[in-house]
Amino acid sequence: MNPSSDTAPKKTGLSTTGISIMPSMDTSISTGAAQNTDPLAAYEKPGYKLQSFVSHFIRTEAGDIPVIKTRPGKDDLFSSFYVRCGINRHRYAVAPGLYAVGSPDKTSEVLVTANFKLTFDHLRKELEKINAWILVLDTKGVNVWCAASKGTFATRELVARIKAVSLEKIVDHKQLIVPQLGATGVSAKEVKKLSGFRVIFGPIRAKDIPAFLNNDKKADKHMRQVTFTLYERFIITPVEVQIVLKPALIAALILFVLSGIGPEIFSFSNAWQRGLLCVSAMVSGIVSGAVITPVLLPFVPGRAFALKGMITGSIVALIILILSSAAASGASGFAALFLFSVSISSYLAMNFTGTTPFTSPSGVEKEMKQYIPVQLGALVLAAGLWMYSAF
Amino acid sequence: MEDLRYLDDVSTLVLDQEKCIGCTLCTQVCPQSVFEMQGNKSQIVDFNACMECGACVNNCPTQAIRVSPGVG
Ligand code: SF4
Ligand code: SF4
Repeated sequence: MNPSSDTAPKKTGLSTTGISIMPSMDTSISTGAAQNTDPLAAYEKPGYKLQSFVSHFIRTEAGDIPVIKTRPGKDDLFSSFYVRCGINRHRYAVAPGLYAVGSPDKTSEVLVTANFKLTFDHLRKELEKINAWILVLDTKGVNVWCAASKGTFATRELVARIKAVSLEKIVDHKQLIVPQLGATGVSAKEVKKLSGFRVIFGPIRAKDIPAFLNNDKKADKHMRQVTFTLYERFIITPVEVQIVLKPALIAALILFVLSGIGPEIFSFSNAWQRGLLCVSAMVSGIVSGAVITPVLLPFVPGRAFALKGMITGSIVALIILILSSAAASGASGFAALFLFSVSISSYLAMNFTGTTPFTSPSGVEKEMKQYIPVQLGALVLAAGLWMYSAF
Repeated sequence: MEDLRYLDDVSTLVLDQEKCIGCTLCTQVCPQSVFEMQGNKSQIVDFNACMECGACVNNCPTQAIRVSPGVG
């Protein structure tokens, strides 16, 4: 942490967090004076770097606890709930343990959360003007929802973390507020038995926490229900597309080669022209299955995602194929491209069940048994028709 | 969720009202509002909304609730 940037007497809304200024003439001049006044200087250790979200420390019987800032920078744009469990490529994690917001004392509430950076940022953003302790569990940088079903946001970790931070020395009461989506992993009864602390399940969304605290720790029905809004569906689609990117590139190469096969054994002009048609059918299937269907989910008819993907896929494929004058490759060629595109859309839409907060595993299983044979059949038929159309 | 419904009749959720002691925890932890208290017993009011997350099972003090995804 750079002393010169953090000892500015009055902080404005403009934060310099995250920017580390290279040692330069004027900062090195001010360093000497700053060291005496910087309350954080005492916490600097060789080889360690203080997190930029720590504003100062407070002294407790169980040691010095970092007080975190409640206004993170603008790098906090994502809702942290619905990232697909398991492909969290960016494991931004904060160190597990105890933190503080505001100036909590022995009567303040203890809020439990996961150590996924975005979850943590989401929470602290909502805690302006609140004095509380934040107990961060080690969920390996995974959000509460996913970690609870994986068993990292769980009774055992919570109980161990309570002991590790000596929570009984920090607060007089015996109560914890655990996010409701952690209930899959945290059993209130077990926690009580093993640690003496009583778990109260708080709201699903961090933004409801102030209202929940003001309302005698009672959550309204809407605070207890997951949502999957247009915006939430929209911001996760890049992940869906990212998943298929690599297989799609490989498929594109294969499609070009296959499209070159024809009466004159192999033709490069065929490979190029017919290959392009194939690839555009594939891309429209991807856009339909991984972007359009998820975003328009409640508006597309049908319950099974695979079916929704077929419906959207058919419309998108027709539009794209007509625009790209695919009819020139004859009825069988057109049918092949159509089937190909629709089966991709259907498959990817079905894949989206893994990201939604309302699909039951039993339902997904049923859907897969029912639709995978259909998708495969369509694909095989498409390949046959495509070959046939070349001759 | 009212506007987003998945397949009907697939959840493996079972509630044994005999065992329910009316602690209300299941109504608090379920993210799909599947349960409602009726008197001092919990009742399944929206079976098809269940996503088999297991939060209710994990927290029911008397094992009155079961879900078993993957075996149905
Ligand atoms: S398994 Fe989850 S969604 Fe189903 S009733 Fe229990 S808490 Fe609700
Ligand atoms: S958690 Fe179990 S005991 Fe408590 S209300 Fe629900 S079913 Fe009844």
